[in-house]
Amino acid sequence: MSRLAFEPVDRGLLDGDFGAAAARAMRMLQRYGEVLGADKFVSIHSAHIDGCLYHGPSSIDFVRRFVDLSGSVRVPTTLNVAAVDVVHPGWHQGDPAIIDAQRQLTALHEQLGCLATLTCAPYQRMIQPLPGEHVAWAESNAIVFANSVLGARTDRYGDFTDLCAALTGRVPYVGFHRPENRYATLLVEVPDREASGMPADLYFACLGYVLGKRAIGHVPVVVNLGSATRDDLKALGAAAASSGALALFHAVGLTPEADSLASATNGRDAVLPVVRITLRDLHDALEQLCPLEESEPIAAVCLGTPHFSIDEFARLAKLVDAQASSASVEVYVSTSREIEAEVRRRSDLACLFDFGVDIVVDTCTYLAPVVRESTGAIATNSGKWAHYGPGNLKRRVGLMTMERCVRSAVLGEVAPQ
Amino acid sequence: MSAPAFHALVSGTASGPVALLTAPLSLWGGLDLETGRISDVSHPQFGMPLSGTILAMPGARGSSSSSSALVEAARRGIAPRAIFLSRVDPILVMGSLVALDLYQVELPIILAEEDGWAILSSADELRVEASDSEGVSVVRL
Repeated sequence: MSRLAFEPVDRGLLDGDFGAAAARAMRMLQRYGEVLGADKFVSIHSAHIDGCLYHGPSSIDFVRRFVDLSGSVRVPTTLNVAAVDVVHPGWHQGDPAIIDAQRQLTALHEQLGCLATLTCAPYQRMIQPLPGEHVAWAESNAIVFANSVLGARTDRYGDFTDLCAALTGRVPYVGFHRPENRYATLLVEVPDREASGMPADLYFACLGYVLGKRAIGHVPVVVNLGSATRDDLKALGAAAASSGALALFHAVGLTPEADSLASATNGRDAVLPVVRITLRDLHDALEQLCPLEESEPIAAVCLGTPHFSIDEFARLAKLVDAQASSASVEVYVSTSREIEAEVRRRSDLACLFDFGVDIVVDTCTYLAPVVRESTGAIATNSGKWAHYGPGNLKRRVGLMTMERCVRSAVLGEVAPQ
Repeated sequence: MSAPAFHALVSGTASGPVALLTAPLSLWGGLDLETGRISDVSHPQFGMPLSGTILAMPGARGSSSSSSALVEAARRGIAPRAIFLSRVDPILVMGSLVALDLYQVELPIILAEEDGWAILSSADELRVEASDSEGVSVVRL
């Protein structure tokens, strides 16, 4: 008994007025909307597709149906990371068959009109969603960033739904598209960062990791986060979306829907449950994410999960500049082709290449096996890398500050604190 | 036996041994597509086989790619046969719809209320018939 109401454009999409591919996509969205209890559809301004990451023949089977039906996206659509860096195919240490399969999958998406940005951080591009705009973004870290930091409205989209949304320009009006679902339902108190003595990298990664687990099923509002950069919030959101399913958080005074505690909670702050994250919780998370011992040999340093911003490259350049010698192990930084081009244009960042940094584009080192050295652990400053790396790549991984990663790269082993 | 403790999200029929998880799992990065086992080292049921099971978990988490992981597992014949969740997960819902559309693999998804969870916890094997028009029947084997 569906209560889903159609506007004329939705009827037109279903009836094939916009082509057979759009009709097929709309039928899938209709079914999806019914399951989620939607009462109507809304138009989106953009889509970000995660289904362009090759998982196997099913990835291609799904997209090819739409290409065979001469489909075309109806809104600006960007692509998330791929399974392999096709600019440097020689770096790929996994099954070589995946390189051609990935090329084919990316090309099929391009035939539908998607822009091959191949980045998990579309919010670092020049054009970004505006506050209040409906978008259909997939990729867990991009979802939480779009909702929380940009104030755009996206539900937790996954593969397939994202492409159907792009092909129709419509999504069921459910979840985080609805303003009433965006108010905080949980107050979160956190340790003061200055007083905690934790460096920013570790503080935000560990805080995100704990928050993701404690806020399952909730929209949390952090009441006392203090100051944070966009990169800090990116790290926090990415870790929280990995350890939990966090799609939206607020931070009073920092994020666009939290000018005040009252506005973030719709005036319900007095009655909401409170979670107090302690310094002990953050240290426990760090212990879990960094099981490495000091002086343990490392195979590589992997940064850029989510994709490095230009500010992060500048921070890294300062750190490597302070070292007397270059890296003795592999050092990879993942980012988009667009940001890589900017890095290569800037003479103040040339020291990165002298140090031994290799820039991986299109993909990310926690999912694409790039590290050549097979023995030794991997150091990262990303909570997300430290969470997924051990399962995906069967490697020992340690979360540490960017600064300690750099010193470890020079030593070839886990540097002292 | 009709059980009000369950609500069908995606319909279908399935039976198999119950794989009961005590923590949410992201199928992408959490399900090994070669072995069908849980590969997330931080998960309490790390190593548990999910292939051919009636998977019951308190929720999904993490990756947008979990729908792809589910469909690819279905294509390879190593997916769970049904999934019980305590919270609606739109990503797994779409995965199930696509598995049926592309490969004719029925993979019912059912929302379990708290009292339904007790039934799931006490069963080794289950047969489930989920239909979104007539509710869910769950039979212990």
